Amino acid sequence: MTALLSLRDVEVTFGPVRAVAGVSLDVPEGPYGVGVVGESGSGKTTLGRAVLRLVRPAAGVVAFAGRDVARLRGRELKSFRGDAQIVFQDPGGTLDPRMRVGAALGEALRVHDVVPRAQVGARIDALLEEVGLEPAHTSRFPHQLSGGQRQRVAIARGLAVEPRLLVLDEPTSALDVTVQARILALFERLRDERRLAYLLISHNLAVVERLCDETVVLYLGRIVEQGRTEEVLARPAHPYTHALRSAVPELDLASRRQRVVVSGPPPDPADPPPGCVFHPRCPLAADVCRTDVPPLREVAPGRLAACHFAEEVLAEDFVALSH
Amino acid sequence: MKLAIRDLEIGFGDRRVVELAELDVAAGEIVGLVGESGSGKSITALAVLGLAEAAGARVTGSIELDGRELIGAPPSQLREIRGSRIAMIFQHPVSAFNPVFRVGEIFLRALRLHGASRAKAVERARSALAEVLLPYELLNRYPHQLSGGQAQRVAVALAVALRAEVLIADEATSALDVTVQAEIVELLARLRELEGIAILFISHDLAVVGQLCDRVAVMREGRIVETGRTERVLHAPQDPYTRELIAAVPRITAGRTA
Ligand SMILES: Nc1ncnc2c1ncn2[C@@H]1O[C@H](COP(=O)(O)OP(=O)(O)OP(=O)(O)O)[C@@H](O)[C@H]1O
Ligand SMILES: Nc1ncnc2c1ncn2[C@@H]1O[C@H](COP(=O)(O)OP(=O)(O)OP(=O)(O)O)[C@@H](O)[C@H]1O
Ligand code: SF4
Ligand SMILES: [Mg+2]
Ligand SMILES: [Mg+2]
Repeated sequence: MTALLSLRDVEVTFGPVRAVAGVSLDVPEGPYGVGVVGESGSGKTTLGRAVLRLVRPAAGVVAFAGRDVARLRGRELKSFRGDAQIVFQDPGGTLDPRMRVGAALGEALRVHDVVPRAQVGARIDALLEEVGLEPAHTSRFPHQLSGGQRQRVAIARGLAVEPRLLVLDEPTSALDVTVQARILALFERLRDERRLAYLLISHNLAVVERLCDETVVLYLGRIVEQGRTEEVLARPAHPYTHALRSAVPELDLASRRQRVVVSGPPPDPADPPPGCVFHPRCPLAADVCRTDVPPLREVAPGRLAACHFAEEVLAEDFVALSH
Repeated sequence: MKLAIRDLEIGFGDRRVVELAELDVAAGEIVGLVGESGSGKSITALAVLGLAEAAGARVTGSIELDGRELIGAPPSQLREIRGSRIAMIFQHPVSAFNPVFRVGEIFLRALRLHGASRAKAVERARSALAEVLLPYELLNRYPHQLSGGQAQRVAVALAVALRAEVLIADEATSALDVTVQAEIVELLARLRELEGIAILFISHDLAVVGQLCDRVAVMREGRIVETGRTERVLHAPQDPYTRELIAAVPRITAGRTA
């Protein structure tokens, strides 16, 4: 079975910065959700943009339904532009400031011939309702909306063309938790009913747990861990994932745990450390970590990790190990 | 009271979006403002800065800084207060930065506008960036060349470098991974501790609010529906909407023994 989306050794560079430094990943045909988590600046948004052909990889291949997206032209490119959609992290900067909400959604519906023209208005209202907005919002310009309202307009636009693949970049970070719950339920429903596949980029591990079958953890442009979401969160195999999991702020007092501090500043992506890129901040770093790059390898059934000591991290209590 | 808001009403056309009876922030205090998307948190923050009218809003009521009324104050006075006495971290920092300036120039201009010498400004920019875990090299970038979380941290660093007495943080940690977020939360707590700064912390993240804030106010449809000590509001909520919010917080279940 060919994957819906397949990345092979994808690299994206900005001058000396390797924002994505060799990522391979398959996303099967929906219903399927892949979570992308990782440190701020680790390359998540850049990876999402590469999937949509919004930035050209310096190396590697992005394939959609078996076709290299860099080679798509004409009709094929247009159909790809409808089949794959992205909801951006900062919707303020990506919605056209001169276009009213109704016009922006109407344009997306018309360009991709989603519904007969006579039904465009009704569809716009239905889309807005699904994201918890009202028909009255169609006449607003983006700057006349609150942050979370803008984010929901961006989601409605991404959903309007009924894509097969959706890249969601922090789609609920500006929403209160009740509206967020509604939007998450919407994604779940579309995944199951319309066989949607999505890449969900999020800093909220609970959201990723709820929505994603599988999760990848990025660090400095590289996948450092990958596996079934609940397994990755329950028992991380990479020290960075461990630190991430331990730092989740908990509302319920009983759930609070000791945070594993990632010491020191993130490395300079233009000048990555030798050996394991995490070694300057890793509480487990040994001599071998300073010289040998740990390959991403299967460390347990269905679990990949890039750490020389992943078996130990998996097997033992990490906190005990790091003292 | 450092910042005192009374009977604040904000409207657009004939729509009234905020009707806020009372909200105070004392020096050395961190007050959380949480609630519904669209309930009026950001426009309230803009009103404190004297920027709501520029966004097309009508503002009435009272906003006092150290007992001095800000509503109706002359624009020159408000300009002076913004940045030097009240600093703001905007909800979507990338769009709030001037795109033609590099990050370093944005810092220098803001700091020098408020009276710092060039050498002092460079020094403050350097240490503020380090505090938010960003490399100095980012000063050479344009805002659109930053990741979402990097832009957010630049905004935090800039606000910190201004050494204002009041800081309004509008979703200042929403684009940060949890390890970096924890550092920023500690930075804000330290600023309050060491400099006695008053912070209005607007956020959808109730867990972070629980860690950082002394008091919290819950907003819905322009009004505060509940307010009190953070522990009390989050662990013994009285208002049905607050209860609904707390119940809707997504929690990780993996690896938890039920
Ligand atoms: N146009 C650009 N020019 C130079 N560097 C860039 C550019 N865009 C991104 N970068 C850099 O590439 C790296 C990856 O950025 P990216 O936006 O993909 O991170 P991210 O994982 O989405 O982070 P966040 O969680 O903060 O949004 C960062 O170090 C960033 O500074
Ligand atoms: N320039 C404007 N013109 C008309 N209405 C506006 C304008 N700016 C904001 N509004 C409306 O005012 C209300 C309050 O907006 P505000 O941005 O303060 O909400 P918020 O509480 O910050 O929401 P969020 O959590 O989504 O950021 C919203 O209903 C919004 O649509
Ligand atoms: S390889 Fe070494 S430095 Fe890298 S994560 Fe594993 S233990 Fe830490
Ligand atoms: Mg990003
Ligand atoms: Mg807002």
